[in-house]
Amino acid sequence: MLGRLSWAAIPFNEPLPLITMAVVVVVILTVLAIVTIKGWWPYLWREWLTSVDHKRIGVMYFGLGLIMLLRGFSDAIMMRSQQAIAVGTAQGYLPPDHYNQIFSAHGTIMIFFVAMAFVIGLMNFVVPLQLGVRDVAFPVLNSVSFWLTASGVLLINASLVIGNFARTGWMGYPPLSELAFSPDVGVDYYLWSLQISGIGTLLSGVNFVTTILKLRAPGMTYFRMPVFCWTALASSLLIVAAFPILTATFLMLLLDRYLGMHFFTNDAGGNQMMYVNLFWAWGHPEVYILILPAFGVFSEVIATFSGKALFSYRSMVLATLGICVLSFTVWLHHFFTMGAGADVNAFFGIMSSIIAIPTGVKVFNWLFTMFRGRIVYRTPVLFSIGFIVTFVIGGMTGVLLAVPPVDFVLHNSAFLVAHFHNVIIGGVVFGALAGYNYWFPKVFGFTLDERFGKASFWCWLIGFYLAFTPLYVLGLMGMTRRLQHISDPGWQPLLLVAEAGAVVIMCGILCQIAQLYVSIRTRESRRDLTGDPWNGRTLEWATASPPPSYNFAVLPQVETIDAFWEMKQRGSAQVEPSYEPIEVPRNSATGVVIAFFASVAGFALIWHIWWMAVVGLIGAAITLLAFGWSEDREREIPAPEMAQMERARSGLRRLA
Amino acid sequence: MTITTIDRLPAELARGHGGGGPAPVRTVVAYGFWIFILSDIVMFSALFAAYAVLSGNTAGGPDGRELFNLRNVFIETACLLFSSYTCGLGMLSAERREPGRFLLFAVFTFALGAAFLFIEMSEFAGMVRAGAGPSRSAFLSSFFSLVGMHGAHVTAGLVWLVYMVAQVLAKGLRAVVLRRLVCFSLFWHALDIIWIGVLTLVYLMGAR
Repeated sequence: MLGRLSWAAIPFNEPLPLITMAVVVVVILTVLAIVTIKGWWPYLWREWLTSVDHKRIGVMYFGLGLIMLLRGFSDAIMMRSQQAIAVGTAQGYLPPDHYNQIFSAHGTIMIFFVAMAFVIGLMNFVVPLQLGVRDVAFPVLNSVSFWLTASGVLLINASLVIGNFARTGWMGYPPLSELAFSPDVGVDYYLWSLQISGIGTLLSGVNFVTTILKLRAPGMTYFRMPVFCWTALASSLLIVAAFPILTATFLMLLLDRYLGMHFFTNDAGGNQMMYVNLFWAWGHPEVYILILPAFGVFSEVIATFSGKALFSYRSMVLATLGICVLSFTVWLHHFFTMGAGADVNAFFGIMSSIIAIPTGVKVFNWLFTMFRGRIVYRTPVLFSIGFIVTFVIGGMTGVLLAVPPVDFVLHNSAFLVAHFHNVIIGGVVFGALAGYNYWFPKVFGFTLDERFGKASFWCWLIGFYLAFTPLYVLGLMGMTRRLQHISDPGWQPLLLVAEAGAVVIMCGILCQIAQLYVSIRTRESRRDLTGDPWNGRTLEWATASPPPSYNFAVLPQVETIDAFWEMKQRGSAQVEPSYEPIEVPRNSATGVVIAFFASVAGFALIWHIWWMAVVGLIGAAITLLAFGWSEDREREIPAPEMAQMERARSGLRRLA
Repeated sequence: MTITTIDRLPAELARGHGGGGPAPVRTVVAYGFWIFILSDIVMFSALFAAYAVLSGNTAGGPDGRELFNLRNVFIETACLLFSSYTCGLGMLSAERREPGRFLLFAVFTFALGAAFLFIEMSEFAGMVRAGAGPSRSAFLSSFFSLVGMHGAHVTAGLVWLVYMVAQVLAKGLRAVVLRRLVCFSLFWHALDIIWIGVLTLVYLMGAR
């Protein structure tokens, strides 16, 4: 009846997960109780759960990313503490089995549910506004994407409470991830949560490619698009071209595990190296899916706060697209040591070095944009400058690792761990936080507190260097990654420094929470009534903060790059247009309902509860069919109502 | 050229560089679906790659030469390709707002697609009965997964076709139904493209 599920799945004999689980369950129940008592369910259902507004969905993605950042970070600090303590005769407080789950969950969550959620959240909120349109191409599909991602989050976190998580690392390499060596539910949690959220991500990619290529304000030619839109386009193209590979690869592993096939098994002709190849054929483009939108954020932030147009817009676009294409030609550098031979390694080594060139072009473009600009040192700018310095170091250690003989020495070492955290924290996380500080006033209508913002920046920056510079050194000293116990006591001092760095990063996260809290408390004094708090250049600043559900009452007419800046220069931003009725998408429960059934099916498949899996899949299919039958998906806002709303807004804006 | 087209020239010119404003709904829907199909083809490409890597790994079990029956495969291929032809004719009838002819061609399309599926399923069943199921060897795992994935797509296509027929009967050939038909027909034709790959790489090269 319940497949593999029994009371043994709850870790009663392990105090650490049990306490965590109790706390999490209590917090969730408290939140649900408050929502119920206060009667917020109808509001939540109407305004958020069933909303298909790209801005709401963007906010929910970002919120999901922030919560998962807390989860991923607590994994991180547990690992740092374990490595700092468990030296020589000391065994630390995390037994190997638990430690292995933690590093696997840390990587999986940080990549798929933190970095991806931040990036797709920013894309959701910003892209339609920058394009000067009212929504994405497929608003309901967008909601489905978000809720499928949330479904993946639910499953991966359920593994904390019910059963266990994979011990395979976030890549899930076979044969370890095969049934023979991982017979319990850990790898199944990993696979199903990523399959479900992966479908959501793919649909986001399809949605954004279509939106950017087919829905832009009149006059916005390709070379008048803001750079963030270009990077979002490149990222979405990579999602469309790369995520299906991951889906197929995981499907093969699932077939091995569930139907006894032999894609990657040790026997009957399976080939583990094929998994590694396929995984990284997705995995390397994935790196650029994450970093390209971050590059876009920095381009917007640096141009705005330097008061200058971005230096060499065209070379920025070409570099972005160059990286987009080249990202598919470097995957083998993740496993030079596999033994593909000198010629193959040489090719991929050279390609990996070449991809640094367009990135270098970008760095110089940012520097030249700042050169002789009037730079205003707000928090997003600090994150951008911190990024440039940090990312250049990360890029150079990357080029080092791209040299195959060097990689043979450093493969699987702490040096590698330091390298990719260097580019992911210094690039993606700093980009997400810069974007968060930059667009927050547009999202909520008030600015974030600067003091806590700057404090959080310095904590993140210093914490990063403290935490990961020692790992570079330790890697060169021969420390491999994922060690539950350190046998060489000579490494302990550096590991203690790294632990201190993690604590400093924690202070950064606490500062961010404080920043949010303080800003909300003092929001009345920090209202943005102009809709343009930074003297912005692109169209998202042309509308009110927060923007109305339809974004623009009348689609803006674009004539140049930096369209809003030009409008302000010509004084045409203030003219009241003549209003026409517009259509906006209606709410839809399709996303929530499909994700509900997907979660049911995923959970059932993990625990081999076949009847429940059938119920979940049929439920999802029926929801899809119901949506495919529906027609009345838009409602009209009549012109007078629109004129009234807009005048109320512009009245406010004139007061400011 | 009439005066109205001359009036619209600036926008038309701008369209060459993408400055013509948001595209019409039908274009957006078909374009988005086309991008989705491309992603589907990428997924198939990974399965093709797996087949190419594993096709020699028979682990002492049967190989393609012993298992494949090219006569059946020829009939299968003919069914699928003809079903695309009738699907195309059905689309033309739908565009001309001729529901009767559309329904006729839909029935042909369904019958040919179902025949394809029936032949494939009997081939699979025969192989499993002969002890050459998907867990026999890596070669057979990749064979069943690649060909079976295509078969699963054809099955989904048949369900979708029935569903579209129901929509045409209930709603008539309105613009919204036509948009959905365009997506269905893109999907159905894409299955041909995949099948040509399967036919070449799996059957023709494997049966030699």
